[in-house]
Amino acid sequence: MKIALFITCLADAMFPEVGQATVRVLERLGHRVEFPQQQTCCGQMHVNTGYQRQVLPLVERFAEVFEPYEAIVAPSGSCVGSVRHQHTMIAERFGAAGLVERVGAVAAKTYELSEFLVDVLNVTDVGAYFPHKVTYHPTCHSLRMLRVGDKPVRLLREVQGLELVELRDAEQCCGFGGTFAIKNSDTSTAMLGDKMRNVLGSGAEICTAGDSSCLMHIGGGLSRLRAGARTVHLAQILAATREAPLMLVGGQAAAGTTTGPEAGR
Amino acid sequence: MSAPVMLGMPGPPPAPRGVGNLRGEESFPAAARHALADTQLRQNLGNATRTIRAKRAQVVAEVPDWEELREAGRQLKVHTMAHLPEYLAQLEHAVTAHGGVVHWARDAAEANAIVVGLVRAKGIDEVVKVKSMATQEIGLNEALEAAGIAALETDLAELIVQLGHDKPSHILVPAIHRNRAEIREIFLREMADVDPELTDEPAALAGAARKHLRRKFLSAKVAISGANFAVAESGTLAVVESEGNGRMCLTLPETLITIMGIEKLVPRWQDLEVFLQLLPRSSTGERMNPYTSMWTGVTPGDGPQEFHLILLDNGRTAVLADESGRDALNCIRCSACLNVCPVYERTGGHAYGSVYPGPIGAILSPQLTGIEDNASLPYASSLCGACYDVCPVKINIPEILVHLRAKHIETYAAEHRVPTAEASAMTAAAWLMSNPTRWKLALRGGRLGRILGRKRGVIGEVPLPLVKQWTDSRDLSRPPKQTFRDWWAKEHGTSTGPA
Repeated sequence: MKIALFITCLADAMFPEVGQATVRVLERLGHRVEFPQQQTCCGQMHVNTGYQRQVLPLVERFAEVFEPYEAIVAPSGSCVGSVRHQHTMIAERFGAAGLVERVGAVAAKTYELSEFLVDVLNVTDVGAYFPHKVTYHPTCHSLRMLRVGDKPVRLLREVQGLELVELRDAEQCCGFGGTFAIKNSDTSTAMLGDKMRNVLGSGAEICTAGDSSCLMHIGGGLSRLRAGARTVHLAQILAATREAPLMLVGGQAAAGTTTGPEAGR
Repeated sequence: MSAPVMLGMPGPPPAPRGVGNLRGEESFPAAARHALADTQLRQNLGNATRTIRAKRAQVVAEVPDWEELREAGRQLKVHTMAHLPEYLAQLEHAVTAHGGVVHWARDAAEANAIVVGLVRAKGIDEVVKVKSMATQEIGLNEALEAAGIAALETDLAELIVQLGHDKPSHILVPAIHRNRAEIREIFLREMADVDPELTDEPAALAGAARKHLRRKFLSAKVAISGANFAVAESGTLAVVESEGNGRMCLTLPETLITIMGIEKLVPRWQDLEVFLQLLPRSSTGERMNPYTSMWTGVTPGDGPQEFHLILLDNGRTAVLADESGRDALNCIRCSACLNVCPVYERTGGHAYGSVYPGPIGAILSPQLTGIEDNASLPYASSLCGACYDVCPVKINIPEILVHLRAKHIETYAAEHRVPTAEASAMTAAAWLMSNPTRWKLALRGGRLGRILGRKRGVIGEVPLPLVKQWTDSRDLSRPPKQTFRDWWAKEHGTSTGPA
């Protein structure tokens, strides 16, 4: 299968280790992954903040760059949600004739990582090893836009050494919401406070999820409080093995054997 | 009728300024800041919404065809809105044929004037009221008071709000921000005939209110209500409630005045079957509400002998004119979206400024008033989507929020020559993102952030605008030495993937 990685702008700029982990999991399962370097961003931030017209070039670019692939995989429920639900709307409102069909066809083969592993590749045991106590936060867009359901949890249950504990009020938003976290920072912080309380109450060392954005929010709060718990992306847990374990160093998680940017950080 | 309203073209008028309760004094973020600091409010709201969420979830789960019911509700509403003028004319005809009088009110001021005129004609200075969002919206109590007429709220929670000189903070449970100790204190302070030994037991509090209200029910000459539904084909009005106060008001006084938004119609009697299942389960978490009162015009010798129906626009036609926003009119005021909203749960209803709080308020209020008067409300959501999941008529609230944000941005841009800093930044970002070479270089700029994060490995508080809004409460991850695409190019060369 011709698989393309849709890295998402946030992971590209801030969390390259999440992209590397996604590639590592898929390669370990015997697939070749390509990274089309002409990709940029899905445009979700623009749409959700009210700048719809500006997004058309990004929507066109996304369709053009990813059209040649059989499957497009991203380590983000939110960005895949934008591709599936917002690109058609933008194409309808502002695009040239035929764009709606093109973006629809590309959206139909764009998957969030856990969806791709469970629904397309039909695997739940990816051979991972992660000896930590973990709780799972189902991010809003994974949960309610993509309806990934228990797919991430099924993947986590197969990870050797991993103890999965329940998160109270798991389905409540962490308060990120893109520019909401800036425009309504007080309310966002109040929501974050409750989410952190539940993460800490679970007794987990690690809070994981399928979105770097929400993890950046929860992790940023935990770090500020020196709370003794941290966030790690689902892809990084699934990429970790006995041979190449995920080393949790300082405030960051680093893959043990990677030659990537996180090594020796 | 269905042509999109162009910017700059005169459309149907919004709800006028200076009357009614659709506009707050502060923006949402400012009002929320005060509310979030109120620990008692946070406790009361957290407990109340948690309880009602669980009740709703339980009674919804036991309905095997809940999703089909929601879809039926949605389709009925969409159909009704598409044929609203015809159905309104049909309703007017049917109500008139059964001895009622129909009045048309363009806005809050007209509706208030009609009510004041009707009450004055009776020569009385006191009316009883059934809980009604429409009358809250138009500020009827204030208008009556200005005309020397006392309006007594008979719903327990509305009575608590009225006696407390307070404002409602929830569509269904207007005193949700109060606990029983606070309610006891309000009753002792404000209720002239209360037992000074009153305890804060719910039954004792309800008993005190009951005694206080009963005398008024028996002496009132005029009652004022809203309506949950109006059946176009028969002219029947319906009010659903829990306490029986509505039944008293709707049957005992000689004159009944009902104020109803023009969107509350259903075409046929049988359509009530759908909504009377959806509404109680979604709102109070009950299989059936305790009281459903229906009346058709006047019936000689039974109930009010004079019935006035005031059909209120107050910005609704303007909402209907927006193809992407008009589904907000499909709301049946169940308030399920408030109870699941993580924003509402923490800020409460007052922060929204309008009588319509929570997710539905965030899409309804700005459309009724015109976006410029409630510009912060469409942003009062993290777009988590919980509201859409519970809405009994499947209003896609997150999508309308995003639509209204765009409408706000475009309205502002059309009216101002100098773009906002945010608009400039967004345009610049889109420009960078529309070209991979520019984008690659822009991403490397993130390395500057590494300096800020060199001490702790994360970025702490940074006193710059926007960054500060984030770093006030959360650390910011330290940008990596190398972006993903730079790492990939180093590992695989730049030729991988199609150009």
